Amino acid sequence: MRILGIETSCDETSAAVVRDGHVISNIISSQLVHSLYGGVVPELASRAHQRLIVQVVQAALERAGTDRSGIDAVAATYGPGLAGALLVGLNFAKALAFGLGVPFVGVNHMEGHLYSNFLGEQGPRYPFLSLIVSGGHTMLVHVEAPFRHRLLGQTRDDAAGEAFDKVAKMLGLGYPGGPAIDRLAKEGNASAVPFPRSFLEPGSLDFSFSGIKTSVLYYLRDRGVQPGGSAAGALTTTETADICASFQQAVVDVLVGKTMTAAGRCHVRDITLAGGVSANSALRSALQAAAGEQGIRFFSPRMEFCMDNGAMIAYVGWMRRAAGAASPMDLPAIPNLELA
Amino acid sequence: MQTTTTSAGETAALGRTLARQLKPGDVVALSGQLGSGKTCFVQGVCEALGVRTHVGSPTFTLINEYPAPFGTVVHIDLYRISSMRELAALGIQEYFTERCICLVEWPELAGPLLPPGHVTVGFRHGGGDTERVITIDGGRQ
Repeated sequence: MRILGIETSCDETSAAVVRDGHVISNIISSQLVHSLYGGVVPELASRAHQRLIVQVVQAALERAGTDRSGIDAVAATYGPGLAGALLVGLNFAKALAFGLGVPFVGVNHMEGHLYSNFLGEQGPRYPFLSLIVSGGHTMLVHVEAPFRHRLLGQTRDDAAGEAFDKVAKMLGLGYPGGPAIDRLAKEGNASAVPFPRSFLEPGSLDFSFSGIKTSVLYYLRDRGVQPGGSAAGALTTTETADICASFQQAVVDVLVGKTMTAAGRCHVRDITLAGGVSANSALRSALQAAAGEQGIRFFSPRMEFCMDNGAMIAYVGWMRRAAGAASPMDLPAIPNLELA
Repeated sequence: MQTTTTSAGETAALGRTLARQLKPGDVVALSGQLGSGKTCFVQGVCEALGVRTHVGSPTFTLINEYPAPFGTVVHIDLYRISSMRELAALGIQEYFTERCICLVEWPELAGPLLPPGHVTVGFRHGGGDTERVITIDGGRQ
């Protein structure tokens, strides 16, 4: 069974083909060769999806060595995300499914991330605990069985990835700044600046990252550095590296601490990391080490499955189809869709 | 009107106070640098408007929609917008209707798109690390 999956919830236009649970193509707009489309794919896509969707879907079919007639169902993200962006992929998927006379499957974007660790060679076993960290989300989810999950905690303000991006901007490292902080942190001293770790009230599995963002701001202000502008110029390379390392360590400590607390509570043997921030090397290694100490197996997705991608949507679509499910054609885009 | 708050709780309380004067169709521009209390204030506004879902930061998603008893609270964050072209493509004007109350962070980037008569809330860091100086102006008379 071949499923075409389409993802347009935020910045990325992506399409992928999954055959019997295996990814055979995965095209992500930001990774396309720019010249192919006569210009730079904008960082902020909201409605650029309209320009890219046909080419991206076509490329996914070609890469998969098939054409439209080889597709058995079309899956697309219907939330959460930006309404205008979601509608492009959702309506395209419905129209294609209608034209081909095959089932349409609406997929919750967060479920895509939740099951993205099955896209590798070896996936986790149920029940498992998943930490989803991206620019827009930070959540801990207990997955008891396929589509039986419980949200254990989430951020009350900024997402972890957002804190990375905003701190990077304060340091003049550009946007998005997660990879830059990761790289510079490797050269820095993680205990140089004692940034606060916000664990909230005892026992809470929720997160808060706006405090640490403000702490970095005050740290720069107190040193006479104007955040944003030419901050990088006013700090030495060593100082910038130390701030990056110390900030990153504070965020990683909280993410790992809460994940291990949750793992203990749920008695899981497997932990998965997902979402764009799962590309962060310090987070990967710290979580792997903490899990290892408890005899818990740790999984993190390949880079192309960390970011928003069509493969994870096609995969969840395949899971749904394998269970005989399909979605009604009047399924609306739901911008604030929650994890059921 | 200018108020100085000394905790996140007080900032949210001020948001609740403003919310009681808002009507569907209102647009609130929230101006202030990073960490100056905007998200806290928005959480207070949403709570008082009857939003029961999770209220987070729309920096990445650009727009969050929260259902409320009167209609929808639309939480817009223009932090990532870098050009008028991107702003035009986002189509925020479509949310300025009588069914929505819109809360706009980084409104400087919206330029002339904000409707006349919108409420402006300014945030700045006060003395110490916990003080926030908040000013509220404008609104439909």
